[in-house]
Amino acid sequence: MTGLLSLITYSPLVGIAAILILRMFAKSDERAAAASKWIALATTLATLALSVLLVAQFNPNEAGFQFVEDAPWFAGMHYRMGVDGISVLFVLLTAFLMPLCIAASWRSIEHRITEYMVCFLALEALVIGVFCALDLVLFYIFFEFGLVPMFLIIGIWGGKRRLYAAYKFFLYTLLGSVLMLAAVLAMIGIAGTSSIPELMTYKFDPLIQTWLWLAFFASFAVKMPMWPVHTWLPDAHVEAPTAGSVILAGILLKMGGYGFMRFSLPMFPQASELFTPLVFALSVIAVVYTSLVAFRQTDIKKLIAYSSVAHMGFVTMGIFSGNVQGEQGALFQMISHGVISGALFLCVGVVYDRMHTREIAYYGGLVSRMPWYAAVFMLFTMGNVGLPGTSGFVGEILTMTGTYHASTWTAVVAATGVILSAVYALSLYRRVIFGEMTNPALATIGDLDMREAAIFVPLIVSTLWLGVNPDAVFHITGASVDALAVAYQTATGG
Amino acid sequence: MFSADLSLTIPELILAGSALVLLVWGAFAGKGGALFNLAAVAALVAAAVAAAFGPFGQAFAGGFVSDNLAAFAKVFIYAGSAIAIPLGDRWLARRGEARFEYAVLIILTALGMGMMASAGDLISLYVGVELHSLALYVLAAFRRDDARSSEAGLKYFVLGALSSGLLLYGASLIYGFAGSTRFDVISSVVQTQADTGVLFGLVFLMCGLAFKVSAAPFHMWTPDVYEGAPTPVVGFFAGAPKLAAMVLFARALGDGFLGAAEQWRQILIVLALASVFVGAFAGLVQKNLKRLWAYSSIANVGYALIGLAAGTPEGLQAMLLFMVLYMIDVTGFFACLVALSRAGRPMETMEDMAGLIREKPALGLAMTVFAFSALGLPPLSGFWAKFFVFKAAINADLAWVAVAGLVGSVVAAFYYLRLVKMIWFDDSAGEIDKPPVEAWAIAVVMALFSFPVAMIALTWLEPLARRAATIFG
Repeated sequence: MTGLLSLITYSPLVGIAAILILRMFAKSDERAAAASKWIALATTLATLALSVLLVAQFNPNEAGFQFVEDAPWFAGMHYRMGVDGISVLFVLLTAFLMPLCIAASWRSIEHRITEYMVCFLALEALVIGVFCALDLVLFYIFFEFGLVPMFLIIGIWGGKRRLYAAYKFFLYTLLGSVLMLAAVLAMIGIAGTSSIPELMTYKFDPLIQTWLWLAFFASFAVKMPMWPVHTWLPDAHVEAPTAGSVILAGILLKMGGYGFMRFSLPMFPQASELFTPLVFALSVIAVVYTSLVAFRQTDIKKLIAYSSVAHMGFVTMGIFSGNVQGEQGALFQMISHGVISGALFLCVGVVYDRMHTREIAYYGGLVSRMPWYAAVFMLFTMGNVGLPGTSGFVGEILTMTGTYHASTWTAVVAATGVILSAVYALSLYRRVIFGEMTNPALATIGDLDMREAAIFVPLIVSTLWLGVNPDAVFHITGASVDALAVAYQTATGG
Repeated sequence: MFSADLSLTIPELILAGSALVLLVWGAFAGKGGALFNLAAVAALVAAAVAAAFGPFGQAFAGGFVSDNLAAFAKVFIYAGSAIAIPLGDRWLARRGEARFEYAVLIILTALGMGMMASAGDLISLYVGVELHSLALYVLAAFRRDDARSSEAGLKYFVLGALSSGLLLYGASLIYGFAGSTRFDVISSVVQTQADTGVLFGLVFLMCGLAFKVSAAPFHMWTPDVYEGAPTPVVGFFAGAPKLAAMVLFARALGDGFLGAAEQWRQILIVLALASVFVGAFAGLVQKNLKRLWAYSSIANVGYALIGLAAGTPEGLQAMLLFMVLYMIDVTGFFACLVALSRAGRPMETMEDMAGLIREKPALGLAMTVFAFSALGLPPLSGFWAKFFVFKAAINADLAWVAVAGLVGSVVAAFYYLRLVKMIWFDDSAGEIDKPPVEAWAIAVVMALFSFPVAMIALTWLEPLARRAATIFG
């Protein structure tokens, strides 16, 4: 079915158009705001339905790109879309998280609601575009323009230091991506094409590969984010509204890992091999160091943000191990982290909506007033720790197995990160949920309401289901990941 | 022979003739008016059509060239001039200072700019530069009772005269050492024996031209002139005359000095990177948007010069596309400034833009588009402009220049983001007057061109520019 990818990518724009028309003709701003919520929810649900259709029609036995669309553009570029096993699940993940974000913002966003919904829909279109683009320039357009809605989301609806966080987010990412732009232009000049499938088989000179790899690395390492360029992430997370954090952790970070798998590994295999020790070193530092940093945080959101950095350390490690287990584990970890970290930020949002603070010390003993919330939070904390039975376990064990084959020491050191993640996550849980309820302000705090429960149900189901049935993911990613690993190992002679 | 020469200069003849007719009309009527301006716009449109479809060749013993490059440049130069007429005249009229000379001066500028694009020797180069400069000096000082406008005009004139002096000095050196003012003769001299004297003259010539395009370190006049001159006039300044001067730059270097490409490339790289970084860093401390956009234009000229420095047909094509896309953005931006005022006071500072998106959504969105486009964010037109320039630079083995330019663009991103922050994040600073319809329309149309029309328009703009860029072959 050609055209399905463009339909999915641009379907949120229909919602934007509807909201803008409504806003122009609505009698009052309140009415427009109320209606825009419903329009946004309906649009994101429609996109989700289309994405499910996409995955259902996806042929998992084929390693190459499917649903390809191709139309010539100017200057030798093409409008080219397509998905393979690596990207198709990210489309689904995006479409899955978006309605939850809209629902989570239902009450917590109180001003400029129409603009908020427009920003989210635009973000959805751009992120899906990133995962579907099969032309370098098209990819760059989606990748880069995604900064704008996120900049606005942090800057308009963020917390106290939102301005600082928004600038930092934008400028950090921009500096990374302009270097990538230089590499993109150089690749077009050298290979004479901007088509990603063709570039994946093009053999660049090893010396040029080194430079191109570094330029792409600059961009993806910031996006990922890897130590030491991760410092924008905690700021952005703390200041962003809940739904913004969910998207940031759940999807935007995955663009870095996706980029490594789509560009760095297949297009610059020699350079990737050359820099593998560097990536391993940075990943291990990220896993150990940011876990320790997370332990010392006093803000719940900041703690989860640092834990994201640590989890992304596993992902980069797995990707650059270059074998099937590592790649599969990294992909799985990204999907699973998208669900779990998104859910954790939603958990923070639940108490933040009620108390308007994220200080850990403010809370304590919530289990007595919010038993359901405590149970939900428990599940996702365990998922974050990587408890077997949750999706978090599968990714960690696989990335470490893969890394073990490539570099034993890296895997051994990284394994301490599993313990450290239990330390900070469980201590967070203990300090917020258990203990005496000493703060009188918490005496009237209410448990999850129906809307919140409805948001968590799909997240709980997918965490557990992926935990016990990871083959659902591997079934789809298998062929493409095998092809990637084989191509990489042939190219590097391993 | 003479009639064949004249047939090549039909666009110039139309403009010269209509300038004279309009001058007489205005003098007898004593004032302009809608019909008068319509006639002026019609003259420019007619000239643009004539330039686009006119015969190609050389006229007046090689002094005047009509080719794809000239045609491409003239169409956009005349279009930019035509937009300036309604925009500026209505603006002046609201201040009770509408005079018919405005349209006549714009036409004379357009005539001079057309000459620049068609210059085939040093004489016509100088004539074109002076004709357009003199008209621009007067336009800068058009509000003659306004102290800042007069100051802008005077400053522009004094520094412009200095640059003309440099230009003439360089031209005389080149003539002395090469033995001809014609570019094709100079070219063959440079090919066989690149005399130090000729190169010395070339340096002066390039300094003079760098003044006209306001490339650092010859940019000093730009912020003051932009701040003082009438806003719609600044929108015109920053667009068409820069395009014309860049085309003239390309013309002189490509037709006359292609053999000395290694030499002038070094100068251009220095000029380009200096402009990019001066524009980026000096812009950081600006409060006034007209001044800020002056520095932004300095940085943008730097990017265009990178394209020129590549010295390849691809580089020239990139430069042409860059200047056209930039002209559209900058025209739209200043149309926004023309459209916006609070209680009759023009909104010219960063703070004035606070909460614009709440007060005037269409103009706020347009301004956001221009800010992000100037930042070079894809897929806005400013991104494509930079895309072609950096691609050409990298293909010409100037990757380090491209990377330096890109880093400069990240620095500049900070002030564009601050403008977006003002428009979107801050609370409104009070009721905004109803925007005049022509400025509103121009701003919105230009913003729509920047996104999304540019993505489609480039499919035919890109081949046109490629055909125009053959003189660097």
